[in-house]
Amino acid sequence: MTPSNVYTVSQVTAYIKSLFVSDLLMGDAWLSGEVSGFTQASSGHCYFTLKDGGAVLKAVIWRTQAARLSLPRNGDQVIAHGAISVYEAGGQYQLYVDHLEPAGVGRLWLEFERLKARLAAEGLFDEARKRPIPARPRRLGVVTSATGAALRDILRTLAARYPLVDVILAAASVQGADAPPGIVAALDALNRWAVEQEPLDAILLARGGGSVEDLWAFNDERVSRAIVASAVPVITGVGHETDFTIADFAADLRAPTPTGAANLATPDRRELAASVRGLAVSAQSQIQTHLTAVRSRTDALTQRLGRRSPALHIARDRQRVDDLSRRADLAMAARLRSTREHLRSLSLHLSALDPTAVLSRGYAIITQSDGAVVGSTAQVAAGDALTVRVADGEFGVVVTTNDE
Amino acid sequence: MSTEKTFEDLYRELEETVRSLESGDPSTGSGRVLPLAEALALFERGTTLAEQCNSLLDGAELRVRELTIRPDGGLAAEPFEAGQNG
Repeated sequence: MTPSNVYTVSQVTAYIKSLFVSDLLMGDAWLSGEVSGFTQASSGHCYFTLKDGGAVLKAVIWRTQAARLSLPRNGDQVIAHGAISVYEAGGQYQLYVDHLEPAGVGRLWLEFERLKARLAAEGLFDEARKRPIPARPRRLGVVTSATGAALRDILRTLAARYPLVDVILAAASVQGADAPPGIVAALDALNRWAVEQEPLDAILLARGGGSVEDLWAFNDERVSRAIVASAVPVITGVGHETDFTIADFAADLRAPTPTGAANLATPDRRELAASVRGLAVSAQSQIQTHLTAVRSRTDALTQRLGRRSPALHIARDRQRVDDLSRRADLAMAARLRSTREHLRSLSLHLSALDPTAVLSRGYAIITQSDGAVVGSTAQVAAGDALTVRVADGEFGVVVTTNDE
Repeated sequence: MSTEKTFEDLYRELEETVRSLESGDPSTGSGRVLPLAEALALFERGTTLAEQCNSLLDGAELRVRELTIRPDGGLAAEPFEAGQNG
C-alpha cells in the first residue's frame, strides 16, 4: 500500500519555504513583541525569540544588520521588521530582522511612514506645488513657542542678517497634544493677517531640537495640510540637522534648524551691501563710458568744426589782406618811384624852358614899363625907358635910336 | 510709513537704473544710445538709490510684533518683548 507520491523531507521543506517566499506579507512583515533568549554568537549573528502572551517566533539578526541596529535586551518590547522564512536545516520558520526599534518609537515610525506615503500619494509633497521664497522679504511670519530657544535663535539670526525685515510672531505650543491644532490656528491667523492687514513674504515654522516624541506635532497630518493650504509660503526649521518631519516634506522649503530657516528666509546684509556697492560701481563705469564716448565724439566734432571755423577764415583773410597790403605797398612804392622819375624828367624839361636859364647864358629879357616883353622893334621908339633883366638882376635903359 | 520706500523697492529701482544705463551703453552699440543728459540723470539717481540702500542696511533694527486674537475674533499685533536675551 505504498502511495504513489512520496516526498523527501527536503522536498517538503523546500515547498513550505516556497510558500513563505511567495507570500507578500511574509516577505515584508512588521511585528511587535517582547525579546527573550537574546544571544550573539561569536560569528556576530544574533538569535532571539519574539513573544507575546500567545505565541513565540524565532528571530535572527545577521552580523551585517547587527552592526547597524541598536541591539535589544531580554524583556524589551520591540517593533521588528523583516522577512519570515524557513530555516530548512532546523526545521523552523523564523524572522530575518532588518529593522528593530523600541516599541513606542517603532509605532510612531510606522505611523510616520504610513502618513508620509499617503500624503505623498495625494501630491502634497510635489515639487511643483512648492512656491519660491522672495529673496529680500519685507515681512515674515513666525510660528513657534514664544518662550523657546527656536524663537531666540530666529530673532538673533534675523537681527544679524537682515534687520530690515518685519517679524509677526504667531505664538503656538509646539509640543504635546495641543500643539497640532495650535500650529494650525497660528498658520491660519498669519494667513488672515496677510490678507487683511499686511502681506507676508514667508512664514517660518520652527521648533528646537528634542526627542522624536517632542517633535511629533510636526508629523501631524493637520499641520501638513495647514502648511499646504497656507497662501503664504512656509519654511520649516524643526529639530536638528538629521530630524525630518512630515511638515518638512509639506513645506515650501525645509531648513535643518530654526536658525537655518531664518538664514534661508533672508539675504545677508553684508552680501547685500556688497551687491549695492557692485551696482554703484557699475553705474560709475557706465557713466564713465558715456562720458568717454561723448568726449571723443565732441573732440571729433571740434576738429571738423575747426576746419570750418571763422577763426580760420579770418586768419586766411588776414593773410590775404597781408598779401594785398604787401602788394599794395610794393605797387605804391613803384608808383612813387615812377612818379618821382617823371617829376625829375618834368623838372628837367621845365628847367630847359626856364627863361632864367637863358639869362645865365648871357641873354636878357627886356620889358616895357607895363611889363610887356619886348620881342619886336616895332614895340619901341627912341626915348622909351625899358627894363633889362639879366641873370643876376635888372637895370633900366633908354632907347637911343630906332632905325625902323 | 506705507508711503516710504522699502529696501526692496529701492534695490529693485537701483538694479533697473543700472540696467537702463547699461542698455544705453554707447560702447556696446546695441540698442539706443542714451543721451548724455539722460545717462547723467540715471547715474545720479543710481548713486542716490545706492546711498539710500546702504543707510537702510546700516540703520535698520528688527521689529517684532506678536499676533493676538481679540475676543471678537479680530487680529491685533502688539510689540513683542523677548523675555530674556542670550
